[in-house]
Amino acid sequence: MHAPADGGPVTIPDLLARNVARHGAKPAYREKEFGIWQSWTWAQASEQIDALAMGLLTLGANVGDHVAVSGRNRPALYWAMVAAQRIGCIPVPLYAEAAAEEIAYALDHCGARFAVVGDQEQVDKIADVRDGLTQLDHVIYLDGRGLRKYDHAAMTSYADLQMAGRASGLLDQVNARSAARTYDDTCVMLYTSGTTGRPKGVVLSNRNVIETSKNSSEFDHLRADDEVLAYLPMAWVGDFIFSVGQAMWTGFCVNCPESADTMQLDLREIGPTYFFAPPRVFEQQLTNVMIRMEDAGRFKKWLFHRYMAVGRRVGALLLDGKQVSAGDRLNYMLAKLLVIGPLKNTLGLSRVRVGYTAGEAIGPEIFDFYRALGINLKQLYGQTEATVFITQQPDGEVRSDTVGVPSPGVELRIAENGEVFYRSPGVFVEYYKNPESTASTKDADGWVATGDAGFIEDGTGHLRIIDRAKDVGKMADGRLFAPKYVENKLKFYPNILEAVVFGANRDYCTAFINIDLTAVGNWAERNNIAYSSYQELSQHSRVLDMILGHVSEVNRSVAADPMLAGCQVHRFLVLHKELDADDGEMTRTRKVRRRIVEEKFHDLITALYGGAAEIYTETEVTYEDGRKGKITATLVICDALVAAEQHKVAAE
Amino acid sequence: MDGAAPYVTADGRQIGGVLMDMRGITLRFGGVEAIKNISFDIREGEIRAIIGPNGAGKSSMLNVISGFYHPQDGEVWFRGEKRKPMKPYQVARLGIARTFQNIALFEGMSVLDNIMTGRLTHMKTGLLAQAIWKGRAEAEEVANREIVEKVIDFLEIQAIRKTPVGRLPYGLKKRVELARALAAEPKLLLLDEPMAGMNVEEKEDMSRFILDVNDEFGTTIALIEHDMGVVMDLSDRVVVMDYGRKIGDGTPDEVRNNQEVIDAYLGVAHD
Repeated sequence: MHAPADGGPVTIPDLLARNVARHGAKPAYREKEFGIWQSWTWAQASEQIDALAMGLLTLGANVGDHVAVSGRNRPALYWAMVAAQRIGCIPVPLYAEAAAEEIAYALDHCGARFAVVGDQEQVDKIADVRDGLTQLDHVIYLDGRGLRKYDHAAMTSYADLQMAGRASGLLDQVNARSAARTYDDTCVMLYTSGTTGRPKGVVLSNRNVIETSKNSSEFDHLRADDEVLAYLPMAWVGDFIFSVGQAMWTGFCVNCPESADTMQLDLREIGPTYFFAPPRVFEQQLTNVMIRMEDAGRFKKWLFHRYMAVGRRVGALLLDGKQVSAGDRLNYMLAKLLVIGPLKNTLGLSRVRVGYTAGEAIGPEIFDFYRALGINLKQLYGQTEATVFITQQPDGEVRSDTVGVPSPGVELRIAENGEVFYRSPGVFVEYYKNPESTASTKDADGWVATGDAGFIEDGTGHLRIIDRAKDVGKMADGRLFAPKYVENKLKFYPNILEAVVFGANRDYCTAFINIDLTAVGNWAERNNIAYSSYQELSQHSRVLDMILGHVSEVNRSVAADPMLAGCQVHRFLVLHKELDADDGEMTRTRKVRRRIVEEKFHDLITALYGGAAEIYTETEVTYEDGRKGKITATLVICDALVAAEQHKVAAE
Repeated sequence: MDGAAPYVTADGRQIGGVLMDMRGITLRFGGVEAIKNISFDIREGEIRAIIGPNGAGKSSMLNVISGFYHPQDGEVWFRGEKRKPMKPYQVARLGIARTFQNIALFEGMSVLDNIMTGRLTHMKTGLLAQAIWKGRAEAEEVANREIVEKVIDFLEIQAIRKTPVGRLPYGLKKRVELARALAAEPKLLLLDEPMAGMNVEEKEDMSRFILDVNDEFGTTIALIEHDMGVVMDLSDRVVVMDYGRKIGDGTPDEVRNNQEVIDAYLGVAHD
């Protein structure tokens, strides 16, 4: 159990050494700074990592110490993680934008002795909470701007520490520590985002990370000449696997943007071949394209719409290797020449060979748009506890409504209540200092509960996720109630920002809708609809008509699914305020807190299930500065068109 | 007013000797006396504010410092030397850069090109050499670009480097203008209402940058500003003008409690 079967690399530093030997002169990391892409070869990166590792030794780092890493994606911070691993320490990447007390919690929980951080902002956050952190010895910062006058007793710059390391001559000790690592030692610890309760520290072993990186790299045929853009938070397991695990396994180049705002520009300059983004990034790109097209001249508009239609018809078929007529092929070549090629170039996606989206459901039309461009965009389903991969879509079997087949080495099981369980080489070791949670998540045989309900589709073997298992319920007549499934369909309309569907133990489903002020406001402007406030716009009769149309369309599509046909929305209302994290209605990551919404707006829910045509309500709101106020409104309750169900299936 | 000995401020900044000394400045436009016999000094490393109600003569004073206006009376001393009447570009070569109340950028040019113009006074190669753009001219451009890129990094405007200035929102234009002034690596930076027309968030950003410029590069800053909160927070010393006269001069606290200043700002009751 102490080495992989083939006697290959056991740790990330082993992989690094292998990459230096195989292609030492090939670029391993790039970062745009001062307007120029700076690059480091594998050999140079290795030297930087060794220097920092020796530097950490001079500070007295012991085997098993935790080293926190926090800041925007930069090569030096990736090196810091590998340097920690070189000397038997455990890297703990943290969310750079986390509040000071969240950082304090993580630092305290893992007992970090060292923190390697990006800049003054991170240093300040740690300084704010340092008094409570007895174990934190030393802070190492990368960018010294604004830090000149700080007390440097327990603080060193990254470059200075590397210099001290190089002068120390401790390379033998570093190598000895590296050589003593085993396959089951901890590779990294990642904190889950903590939407429910305190964040948990997920411990991943070398085996988890290396096996998963190997399997997933082979699944998508990743190569040493691939390019990725590292722009997602370093604390997120996905970034660790893509920018560290897979990069080390295949030896591809990791590119770091100049700043968070320049991501789109840098994307275009690098032209990654392997690209990962959450749905919101794709949504944002598509919205920008559409808005720019609205303002374009008539000819350009015509050209765009004509050839995008060709793309939609043919692009995805070609991607899946299906039969396409010669005429359509010719048409698509024209489309590529005139519209699709330049558009892909503008978006920075010209060279994408493999693209993934995950994290949330992606709207089918967004998905189809990118497929139409001939971009091989696929979905995957995963979580930190699985070292990302649970299921993913193989080339040629891509659809917007499934999350794919089990990744290599992953076994799936669907429990009685519909909850998805998995077992794989990537299954995490434990939650750090939290045996109860470990035991309740992972059983003795290594099966892990995902907390999501889903089913495996007959015929294709693809997994479909319906909802969070705890939200899935039954309606009064025993049919399945899966609110998220319907809410996602509603939210795919740009006019709908948020939707909350009710129906557990009821006769029929109802919904709260939040309009998207940007989209609806824009629409109102174009249609000469005057309004003075969000509230007025939300209750405007034409807005309600529009939303009614969307809801009715969703009902039609829900009715087509025999399992979920009961979830059609019969009555709905458009809320007079946006659901907001300041009012506790959402989490900071913008996920609806169902229970709180139910409690707070119980009068509205009662009205939805009563016969009233409108309801007067008073709601307490919290302003950004913390003051409280009250808003009142009379809300119209709308009846949606309910589609006829295909014959009700007998309950199994 | 003779306390010219260097000292260190409460937040640890080094304030040096007198950098610029205005002695008995009087400026007339025909019969109108815009500035009446005003004297004050600006010391190395400090942030000096000039405030006053509308029409008090603040911008005129800034124009005298930058060499755009020539006072009829009085002397301008810069770094211990009496300054002869000069053209604005000569003043710029002395190490004085400024931003304008109404943004004065080249709207059709990119942000990068606009900031590069700030390096103009540092270019030594001739027109012909620059047109051929090989050898010395190229090396010079690279060196200048490096300085400009540091400024871009400092002011966090990497994302708009290639954007034409005309497409930018107001707050960002102001920042680009500051960048152009900084690119000249000035010893004295003049800011004419750097926060005018900004929202609270933009003002906070700009204040941060002004403090950082002063702290990081040790640049001396003289600014005109209407927002009292900003002035009192940022500046080490404040000159107050009213109808072309100086009615107050001192630390923000001293100025705040000066009866004449209060009267000028709040008005006086007439019987």
